[in-house]
Formats: sequence, C-alpha cells, structure tokens
Amino acid sequence: MSDEKKLAIIATKGSLDWAYPPFILASTAAALGYETEIFFTFYGLQLLKKDLDLEVTPLGNPGMPMPMGMDKWFPVVGLALPGMQGMMTSMMKKKMASKGVADLAELRELCQEAEVKLIACQMTVDLFEMNTSEFIDGIEYAGAARFFEFAGNSDICLYI
Amino acid sequence: MADFDQELDASGLNCPLPILRAKKTLNGMESGKVLHIIATDPGSVKDFEAFANQTGNELMESKEVGGKFEFLIKKA
Repeated sequence: MSDEKKLAIIATKGSLDWAYPPFILASTAAALGYETEIFFTFYGLQLLKKDLDLEVTPLGNPGMPMPMGMDKWFPVVGLALPGMQGMMTSMMKKKMASKGVADLAELRELCQEAEVKLIACQMTVDLFEMNTSEFIDGIEYAGAARFFEFAGNSDICLYI
Repeated sequence: MADFDQELDASGLNCPLPILRAKKTLNGMESGKVLHIIATDPGSVKDFEAFANQTGNELMESKEVGGKFEFLIKKA
C-alpha cells in the first residue's frame, strides 16, 4: 500500500454542468499527487461515453443564472418549452469556452493521462442495457465492493 | 524576476487548467529547474500557493504584472 493520499469520488449525474466537478477535482487531485478513483454510477455513466453529448437544463434549478434576465420573461413553465434545453446548453457551452473553462473531453483525457482510475458500475450498465462499445477505453467494470476496496482507505471521499 | 529555465503561458485558461499544465510541464523538467508561469485566472494565486505546499515544489515568486499573474516555481 502506498503512502500517497487518496481521493475516491462517486459520480452520479449525467448533465453538462454536473459533469465538471468529478473531472476537475480528480485531475487536480492527481496533479497534487493523490491516487484517485472515480466510480461512475447511474446517470454518471454518461460521462464515460466517447461521444459526450451532455446537456444542461434550467428546469428544477432556480439557482441557475439565466442570461439576459430570461427568468423574468419566462416563468417556470416557459423553461419547459421545446428547444429551451438545447438553447441553454449551447449558451452554457459558449460561455464556458469564452471563459477558458476546459473542454470536458480534454479534462477527462487529462484524468486518464494522470492515471486516475475510472470505474463503471456494472449493475447500471446492465440495468439500462448500455452498449459498452460506446464507452471510452481504459475503464474498469465493477461493483460496489470494488469501490469500497479503494474508498475504505481514502483520505477524501465525495459523492457527486 | 529571477532567471528561469522554462516558461508556460496559461493566459485565458481557467481552473484547473493552469495547475494541470504546470504539473505536466514540471514533469518534463529536471529537479532544481525553474518554471515561469503566466496566468490570468485570479484564483491561480492561491492555487499555486496550495500546489507548492502540497507537492513540495517551491513557489519562489508570485506577483501581479499588468493584470496578469506570474509565478516562479522550482521543481523539487
């Protein structure tokens, strides 16, 4: 067993905004010398797809800053209009690019380069009948016991 | 600013990219060599301090020059 610090993360969400915290924290931890593993379960498995087609939704999210005072013009029900999610997603992507926020695929690659272990929940893969050929290479498929093997010895453990 | 051996321009990049790029560049450098980093992310001031504290690489200098943040880090 090494004396490196360890970070264990469970990634459970599959939207564009929630895709960032696991990869930002994991890549940074790796740069600081942490041994890091991310266990992807349920919607978090979307973050392992080769084609990262993630969206952000303003629905049910009163904390989301809306551009151009849109929240005043569109009451909650307006946010459910067809096309709204696509529009918010494209605005969010533009904003991120203009602010120099890393591209998700790039952050994920940096994680893999830094030997962050990415583990896909086998149960979720089976449950949603996901096609593993759609996932990136270099990931492990395992269950909860595999997570605890690492998390049990971790210094930091996050559920995202 | 003191002499340095290598330079990294992380201008326009946001957290955590300046740290990740710096780490990658330091990986390719020999112990004792100095990396000069330029960043525009205001968060990088505290982040490079924390990076140095946790990795053992020495933060020799940290200053703001014309709205940009400059750092000198000596590889451990």
